Amino acid sequence: MRVLCLVMALFLLLAAPLRAQDRFETLAAGLSGGFGAQVETVERLGALGDARALPLLQALGEGRLQKRADGTLLLEQDGTVVEAVAGTPAAPGETVRINNRVRAALRGALGRLQLVAPQEGARLQAADGLFRSRSADNIPLLEQALAREAAPLVRARMELALAASRLVAADEAARRQGIEILSGSGSAEARSLLLEARAANPALAAPIDAAIAAIDARLQIRQAAETVFQGLSLGSILLLAALGLAITFGVMGIINMAHGEMVMLGAYTTVMVQEGFRGVPWLAPWSLPVSVPAAFLVTAAVGVALERGLIRHLYGRPLETLLMTFGVGMILQQAVRLLFGAQNREVVSPAWMQGTLALPGDITVTQNRLWIILFALVVLGLAVAAIRFTRFGLEMRAVVQNRRIAATMGIRTGRVDAMTFAFGSGIAGMAGVALSQVDNVSPNLGTGYIIDSFMVVVFGGVGSLAGTMIGAFTLGIVNKLLEPWAGAVLAKIAVLVGIMLFIQRRPKGLFALKGRAAEQ
Amino acid sequence: MIHRHPFSRRALLGGAAGALALPALRPALAQNSGPIRVGVLHSLSGTMAISETALRDTVLMMVEDQNRKGGILGRKLEAVVVDPASNWPLFAEKARELLQVHKVDVTFGCWTSVSRKSVLPVFEELNGLLFYPVQYEGEEQSRNVFYTGAAPNQQAIPAVDYLMSDDGGSARRIALLGTDYVYPRTTNRILRAFLNSKGIADADILEEYTPFGHSDWQGIVSRVKTFASQGKKTAIVSTINGDANVPFYRELGNQGIKAEDIPSVAFSVGEEELAGIDTKPLVGHLAAWNYFMSVEGPANAEFKQMWASYIKNPKRVTNDPMEATYTGFRMWAQAVTQARTTAVDAVRTAMYGQKVAAPSGYTEQMWENHHLSKPVMIGEIQEDGQFSIVHKTADAIRAENWSPFIPENANRAKAG
Repeated sequence: MRVLCLVMALFLLLAAPLRAQDRFETLAAGLSGGFGAQVETVERLGALGDARALPLLQALGEGRLQKRADGTLLLEQDGTVVEAVAGTPAAPGETVRINNRVRAALRGALGRLQLVAPQEGARLQAADGLFRSRSADNIPLLEQALAREAAPLVRARMELALAASRLVAADEAARRQGIEILSGSGSAEARSLLLEARAANPALAAPIDAAIAAIDARLQIRQAAETVFQGLSLGSILLLAALGLAITFGVMGIINMAHGEMVMLGAYTTVMVQEGFRGVPWLAPWSLPVSVPAAFLVTAAVGVALERGLIRHLYGRPLETLLMTFGVGMILQQAVRLLFGAQNREVVSPAWMQGTLALPGDITVTQNRLWIILFALVVLGLAVAAIRFTRFGLEMRAVVQNRRIAATMGIRTGRVDAMTFAFGSGIAGMAGVALSQVDNVSPNLGTGYIIDSFMVVVFGGVGSLAGTMIGAFTLGIVNKLLEPWAGAVLAKIAVLVGIMLFIQRRPKGLFALKGRAAEQ
Repeated sequence: MIHRHPFSRRALLGGAAGALALPALRPALAQNSGPIRVGVLHSLSGTMAISETALRDTVLMMVEDQNRKGGILGRKLEAVVVDPASNWPLFAEKARELLQVHKVDVTFGCWTSVSRKSVLPVFEELNGLLFYPVQYEGEEQSRNVFYTGAAPNQQAIPAVDYLMSDDGGSARRIALLGTDYVYPRTTNRILRAFLNSKGIADADILEEYTPFGHSDWQGIVSRVKTFASQGKKTAIVSTINGDANVPFYRELGNQGIKAEDIPSVAFSVGEEELAGIDTKPLVGHLAAWNYFMSVEGPANAEFKQMWASYIKNPKRVTNDPMEATYTGFRMWAQAVTQARTTAVDAVRTAMYGQKVAAPSGYTEQMWENHHLSKPVMIGEIQEDGQFSIVHKTADAIRAENWSPFIPENANRAKAG
């Protein structure tokens, strides 16, 4: 009897994969059908749990699954194409198209198949996929995976996925358990799931409401922190755009309407560097860091040419300077349009600047914005250091305070003027590198920033870099605080009106220069 | 050849133009000898240059093509290009220049609704003929304009309908994001009435506007995220115009909003706009148009071939407004051939009922309401910057330029 049992068990073990193969092959064919058939197939493949479905489903999600006219599925991997089921080489076919419904189903199916994958990243993704495609069928699977899981981050996500799946379980105790765990998560997605569950479970309304209240309390803190971050981010962009102007306009007193075009040239330098590096794989990730000094040099050179060629003939004539730099700005814009075309140029963000970073307390900040805030502070630091601690900075301050005496002391004031203007322009160019990550690289890039830049410099106090910084961050945060209830358009208007009133009260801005320099 | 006395037609129009205006009226009259003059009124500089330059190229391509075929009525075509520089009042001046100084027989031009509104009185006063190739908010019908882009019922409404369908993700909460000017505001007004009629309450609709060229989308995208956390499937409907789309999509990607969770459908983002974006994080987001470059069929193959050999740059794409320009030009050429004159009134009458096998793969017809019947297509953004068509209508749909979802139009329908 025992022998018979063993034989039967063995037979079953052998037969099971055979049947599974049968089903896998017949099922897989459905992947080349219409969107409805695809969704059904993906769900059934996920439920089947056959590991051979994994490469097929991954390929489907990544647009690497192809089909021949007769419906045979083909798999593309690194440029070579093989028959998906047989594995024999084949000629390329037509890519299998999917839609968002299929994508959502794929996420759930891949989640089931990858829950015990060897790579931590894959397991994390699987847990997220199961969280979103919650289903009571996933509960045993998640429980098993949790028992084996060691990585704390993956465990946390798996627990959330399990809670989400329990929320739709038949057993009420399980549902209560799910609610409890989700109430501790503090995420907007969990809130949404709970609200959905509330409609389906009138009996559980009380615990669900309590859970939502708990989540809301945490969400509020989180949103406040995120608003401040957004304000800092907007402020850092204003700061970068205005910093160059704080030197050319604030320190030298040149009304430089071509300032925006310097920013634009910096952004185009980024495009050029990126395109130059594209052919060399090991250089490509460095294109953005290399663009910073490159943009500084290019725009500084344009600045020197502009100052020596035109502006120096117009010192002391602000109206003419304004008109002339305005014209130069338009010439630069049109020149770039002729050289590069009217279309926007694409700047690829490096991987370390994409996506979000999770800070403690579930606060998420976007990476590119975080880098730009840091970059703005570094540029500000360098500018302050250059003015404070270098010979060039000393000469610059001397010329600004008293040109004649500086000249009698042997300072070549003309050369200092040119270098100061180049310095301001170069900083504008570096701002362009950062702006290429958040705005369009088009010939019009600069026009959007020129008014904001003047606004920041005047608000902060002409001639004061610290004022520029405080001004920029204040305006950024005020703007973002106003935005939720006034809307983006009104918030901007409100800020402008606020500045007008402020300038009425304090014409010299936040940080008015005192002493002899102020009388210039 | 039909020769008509210039002023008899004027009298027929019943225009109350005074003697002072008479010299100004002469240029609008058709001349039946010499080259046929085709005006091109698209911005070649300023913010709209990015979109409109390609339309100028399309008209020039069509003129060249028509001349290769021997012109129309045995006369050659001659393009007159002016640059209104994205400056709305300048559009009106340039339109007047085209009609009065260059004496053009037909004009292809405008992109934004505000530029069209600016030239409209000029074309009506001088009885000119304008072909407008861009999807717009409707609520307009001039006897001097043929609208070859989509009206709201040929783009916006079917797109939202799709988002609410099973295939589109059964959205029950809609965020309407737009640039702050007439087209998004009117479209969203129509959409709100449509959504209400479908049982979606005002509490489930978020409406946000931003200035032209807005680049800081952090706040709005996080607000959409919060809006989406209310237990109902949420979708974004974007009437964001121009290059503000690039930072918007970048922010969507950076904040990790996936199309499977919160799909977005855009009405002003085509192949040309995607050329400046890294589209990898955007795969699955949608756009609604009446034509995509990826449409398969002989008419589109011919159009793409023609464009490629004209522009000689493999990177340049075709898009919906270009297709509308192409279709409008073909129709106009047919109408002139049929009318045997370029006289505006005769061409207008001949335009009604003209059919063209358009690159969209459908036969499009010009109706008496000056609008085309067009198919509606929903496309998904792909990694290569093209669209994969996930939904299209069985037939070309007739335009309702007076939307039934705007209450004031009820009287208009009665009045006829």
